Amino acid sequence: MENSVSVDQDIQVKTAPKEASHHSGGNIEYFAYDNKIVSMFAYATIAWGLVGMLVGLLAALQLVFPVLNMDTAQTTFGRIRPLHTNAVIFAFVGNGIFTGVYYSLQRLCKTRMYSDVLSRINFWGWQLIILSAAITLPLGFTTGKEYAELEWPIDIAITIMWVVFGWNMFGTLIKRRERHLYVAIWFYIATFVTVAVLHIVNSFEIPVTFMKSYSWYAGVQDALVQWWYGHNAVAFFLTTPYLGLMYYFIPKAANRPVFSYRLSIIHFWALIFLYIWAGPHHLLYTALPEWAQSLGTVFSIMLLAPSWGGMINGLLTLRGAWDKVRESVVLKFMVVAITAYGMATFEGPMLSLKNVNAIGHFTDWIIAHVHVGALGWNGFLTFGMLYWLFPKLYNRDLYSQKAANFHFWIGSMGILFYAIPLYWAGFTQSLMWKEFTQDGFLKYPNFLETVTELRYMYMLRGLGGAMYLTGVIVMTWNLIKTAKAGKLTENESAQAPALVKEEKAHQGEHWHRWIERRPIQLMIGSLVMILIGGIIEMVPTFMVESNVPTIASVKPYTPLELHGRDLYVREGCYTCHSQMVRPFRSETERYGEYSKAGEFVYDHPFQWGSKRTGPDLARIGGKYPDSWHYNHMDDPGAMSPGSIMPRYPWLLDDDLDTSTTATKIRAMMTLGVPYPEGFDLVANKDIEKQSEKIAKSLKESGIETASNKEIIALIAYLQRVGTDIKASHKPVKETK
Amino acid sequence: MSALYVLIAISLIVAVAFLLAFIWSFKEGQYEDDYTPSIRMLLEDQPNENKKK
Repeated sequence: MENSVSVDQDIQVKTAPKEASHHSGGNIEYFAYDNKIVSMFAYATIAWGLVGMLVGLLAALQLVFPVLNMDTAQTTFGRIRPLHTNAVIFAFVGNGIFTGVYYSLQRLCKTRMYSDVLSRINFWGWQLIILSAAITLPLGFTTGKEYAELEWPIDIAITIMWVVFGWNMFGTLIKRRERHLYVAIWFYIATFVTVAVLHIVNSFEIPVTFMKSYSWYAGVQDALVQWWYGHNAVAFFLTTPYLGLMYYFIPKAANRPVFSYRLSIIHFWALIFLYIWAGPHHLLYTALPEWAQSLGTVFSIMLLAPSWGGMINGLLTLRGAWDKVRESVVLKFMVVAITAYGMATFEGPMLSLKNVNAIGHFTDWIIAHVHVGALGWNGFLTFGMLYWLFPKLYNRDLYSQKAANFHFWIGSMGILFYAIPLYWAGFTQSLMWKEFTQDGFLKYPNFLETVTELRYMYMLRGLGGAMYLTGVIVMTWNLIKTAKAGKLTENESAQAPALVKEEKAHQGEHWHRWIERRPIQLMIGSLVMILIGGIIEMVPTFMVESNVPTIASVKPYTPLELHGRDLYVREGCYTCHSQMVRPFRSETERYGEYSKAGEFVYDHPFQWGSKRTGPDLARIGGKYPDSWHYNHMDDPGAMSPGSIMPRYPWLLDDDLDTSTTATKIRAMMTLGVPYPEGFDLVANKDIEKQSEKIAKSLKESGIETASNKEIIALIAYLQRVGTDIKASHKPVKETK
Repeated sequence: MSALYVLIAISLIVAVAFLLAFIWSFKEGQYEDDYTPSIRMLLEDQPNENKKK
């Protein structure tokens, strides 16, 4: 007891002089904020927003009218969908982050950005990365990992640009004139650090050619790393930076202090700590070890608390000022943004419950969920910020309040028209998948029935997206008009007292004295030391003896199958097809034996997918004859009338590029795939043999084709998928 | 599976880094005043024209 009293006294004594010296700053200094860079990022946000949403609308309509795939490789859904996600996340939201950070950081630190040159490099570098993504993704250069599709040279460029951003940000922090870091800045710092870690770890890949690489990890490992990344991309790219923006722009727009600064502190630390663990909730009921799934679930549910703490803090900032919301279109957008954040972060933990996830996973429910977050939270907060920023930057009122209000209403209606039909579609499809007849058979054994049922819901979703996009077009016009009528203050002059270096309260004292007086901190310090030691000792021990239960009958892919698999990745098949049969009777009845961890040990990258717009393909091998695949890839509608799958005629015409076979095999061997020594040199011989066999089987079915076409490799792969364990395990169907 | 341990290790390191950042910020006095910062950010620092002359 006595000890704790003395600790308290110590704090009081120590803080007293600090408080006093807090604002007895140095001389007044004059400087200018860089508004030019803010406006550059703002225009980029708008431009890429238009592009990303337009591409999204195209993708949505392709699901209703397959003809919009235009029978061209570059415009097919499997390549368009990654283009959409990358454009809206990294281009639209990414530039939105930079816009908000470059504006608010300068003001909060009372200083210009550290370096104008770094600011410009950050801007142009980021736009170049986006441009290279917009070119390479339609061309089929992809790693096949969701939200991390960009190939290795672009990954490196992203790393460099991120370092430039961080350098500029920390440089600014160091030369700041305000000692206290406002809570928004903490969110920016956490964003920077964590995104760096996520990007580097998930992008571990071995380059094969200039624009092709294989993920360092395989199967279960790759899935775990990918969704650890994927979920935290949501957390630290779509959430924490935007929470920082919320903590800056909402008080500014309402001209009121944040509801509780103390709550914002708790919000911050709790949120960043909990988020990082939640990734495995994307892999519930998969081959991921059960305990990892449970860990993900537990942390996801705990996340509800800080998420809602942040939401409440944002909304209650407007307490007693709701009349302002009626008049200010900026606040209207922000209120809906926070509300959408609250809904999405309530839904997230619910979807992480295994029993709810069993229904929602692989369906359109998830697409609805993410769009409430994306359109509501990220979109509306960005729009609110832009409507607030432009009049500030250009020294005039917003050109048209009416148009901005129109944007607000059509945007809000757009979100509803987008989300509600997709919730409906998700439930409908999931219930249809799971329904059995009284005799114990699947009620809808034909997967296609569960797809055609959704047609009208998909149409309404497209309408919702179009409404949302219309609003953005109106905003673009409105903001450009505002800018034209005003004049940009490129350098906004400001003044602030210089920051005087704080005097140490306990000068000359040995540094360790500080911690000695603090038993709790000392304990934490020792705990950290123990953890570091533990990690260093344990990780290698565990890694030597991998505990994925290996299955003897699972063998590496043949070179032809490997090429086929690369085509499967290139065409983005994973955007619509999963390769993961969950251990439910409704799934083993429909697809076959449930998926085992040991089946994926040679899958660099894994292709489990996250959405079943089409059926699962984990047991597709041997299900249909070669000729069925050939005709189906040429025209899915001819084989399955009503199918919304695009046509892939180019696979039938294009020759398979076998010049890279040896490099590919060698890369796989580096990753530990046990091909025999020297196999890379004879692999092309193996390809010839296997492809001739397939060509022959096609000929028997009356299809004349050369054996060197891409379709042959794809058929080889599809016929192989999931067959390795068929020899040792009898499928459930047959043992019945 | 082995990636699991790597990821847990990385997650722990990130979490510990945030913990250290918390301790550091506490020590720096970031929490000594949890009211004025929320007001201060509302005030713009327009240059005082008289003084500048």
